[in-house]
Amino acid sequence: MWEYTDKVREHFLSPRNVGELADANAVGEVGSLACGDALKLYLKVDDAGRIVDASFQTFGCASAIASSSVLTELIKGKTVDEALKISNKDIAAALGGLPREKMHCSVMGREALEAAVKNLRGEAPPQAHAEGEIVCHCFGVTDEQIRRAVRENDLSTVAEVTDYTKAGGGCEECHDRIAELIAEVRGEAAKDAAPKPEAAKRLTNLQRMQRVMQVLEEEIRPSLKKDGGDIELIDVEGKKVLVALRRACAGCPSSQLTLTDFVERKLRELVEPDITVQEVRS
Amino acid sequence: MSEVYLDNNATTRVDPAVLAAMLPFFGERYGNPSSMHNFGGGVGRDVSQAREQVAALLGCTPREIVFTSCGSEGDNTAIHSALEAQPGKRHLVTTRVEHPAVLGPASHLAEQGFEVTFLGVDGQGRLDLEELKAAIRKDTALVSVMYANNETGVIFPIPEIAAICKERGVLLHTDAVQAVGKLPIDLKTLPVDMLTLSAHKLHGPKGVGALFVRKGTPFRPFLMGGHQERGRRAGTENTAGLVGLGKACEIAAAHLEEERTTVAALRDRLQAGLTAAIPENMVNGEGVERLPNTLSIAFKYVEGEAILLMLDRFGICASSGSACTSGSLEPSHVLRAMGVPFTFAHGSVRFSLSRFTTEADVDLVQQELPGIIARLREISPYKAGAGEPPACTC
Repeated sequence: MWEYTDKVREHFLSPRNVGELADANAVGEVGSLACGDALKLYLKVDDAGRIVDASFQTFGCASAIASSSVLTELIKGKTVDEALKISNKDIAAALGGLPREKMHCSVMGREALEAAVKNLRGEAPPQAHAEGEIVCHCFGVTDEQIRRAVRENDLSTVAEVTDYTKAGGGCEECHDRIAELIAEVRGEAAKDAAPKPEAAKRLTNLQRMQRVMQVLEEEIRPSLKKDGGDIELIDVEGKKVLVALRRACAGCPSSQLTLTDFVERKLRELVEPDITVQEVRS
Repeated sequence: MSEVYLDNNATTRVDPAVLAAMLPFFGERYGNPSSMHNFGGGVGRDVSQAREQVAALLGCTPREIVFTSCGSEGDNTAIHSALEAQPGKRHLVTTRVEHPAVLGPASHLAEQGFEVTFLGVDGQGRLDLEELKAAIRKDTALVSVMYANNETGVIFPIPEIAAICKERGVLLHTDAVQAVGKLPIDLKTLPVDMLTLSAHKLHGPKGVGALFVRKGTPFRPFLMGGHQERGRRAGTENTAGLVGLGKACEIAAAHLEEERTTVAALRDRLQAGLTAAIPENMVNGEGVERLPNTLSIAFKYVEGEAILLMLDRFGICASSGSACTSGSLEPSHVLRAMGVPFTFAHGSVRFSLSRFTTEADVDLVQQELPGIIARLREISPYKAGAGEPPACTC
């Protein structure tokens, strides 16, 4: 028997905002019947970018239904940008916590929200998978999903990754690869920790440019190249970094996500927290 | 709210008469049955009586009963013994739908370099006996096939399997944990070599069971040490538990007919009611000979754990083969081995009745479950009658 909080039980037994939303202008769909849980999230976003209504349909266990229900409550009234700041941890926290083995339900909620926002922005049709390479074929989980879960939830074991993403919960053939990804992310995290005090200092323009070039060369380009892509530094204007995406990244439907989620995030972590990245087509 | 207990394949209520028989052995009758003095020796006579009661239910001799601590110990002992006693034989035949108490040691042995054949089942959960025949080799030490499946209730044809094993000169063990007390078993005419049973599945206490070892079967102990069980299983006897097991067997023998009539009728009534009232259902193992008390039924587009939690609000206790219940993420190995479509597998619920189940219990399920399924289908993005959902995107 799972130790569900009263909040989980309450949201499961009396879920909020169930069903299709007739005038939705964005839909995010993740999971599948085969995988044992699926969530379809409907959003109605006004012209100002505010989520004025949200609803869901979920196939899954009590915690999947409760996570979906609480998600709709969390995002209603927020702008899309504000909503995107909601992490899987926030969803779990709003439920008073979830059993570890059920954390993947909160991750599913966040992924559905991202899929709906993508759908809204017309950036990409709702995809079955997030970008990246599939690591767990049983549950269709990609390396990027695993990296992100490890990073955001400070995971350190394969069992934890399974709890949060379901990856590795089937045939277990991908356990070695998951262990590699954990090591990779945690290695990165350790490296990240070191330059931080330095990054807190104000940088001169010259220092900033040098650091941006260094991080692009050492941290960002090798990752993109692994996926057949590349990036070129065009210019640095104050704290605005202008780049051009090359090879597979150019024209990739998820290029915007690559820029904000990966390039900008890396530069903010390793150079300065208020750096912005802009794509230049050249 | 009193509970409506329909999870008897998980465990059963201790019969009040069994409890009464056990109580003195927790109190004033604390003697050790191995002692020379009359105080302990008297307890030994009660243990002997328990052995006779177990033997009477199975149609074997008391000397063929080895007491154990649980079903898992019986299964582990049988497999271990067959391999230890026949060191030249390094092959084992079992099925993909066994209880983990058999699958666990079998998989462990496979890792240790033994060869294990796991026989598959068809969509109804049936074995192919030709496949079994073909799997038996010269170096097969043991065939271990469960009597009846705990999840679906599907009964395997143990008499036919025993005949095959006897003809081929291979030892046969059957995990009969779910069958003993629910089906008549007569070891005088059923030529299995070893059989496992557990007390808590037949209204006895937890933590006690027995392994039948036919006279003449080569045997090596699993637990070594003292001389208890004539050297076949060391460890001071769980005297209260053994007395409880004996009493439970005696009572089960008296109620055996009731399982086939009353319990089966209640199960059939539940099955007929649910299949008629809830669209898009599937009975796992339908049309195959099943335990009289078991109904495994699946509902499309909903998830088992959610069903169980909603049933729990009405005090209805059942279990599920769904992934989310166990935290294993995949539906049970039994449903997967049967190839139950994923559209159904995640929404499987098992109701297992007992002689304590009443008509009112069954009626409550029939009254509440249709509404629960309808409610969950309202929440689900997949809809009955809307055609098949897209194939697995994983």
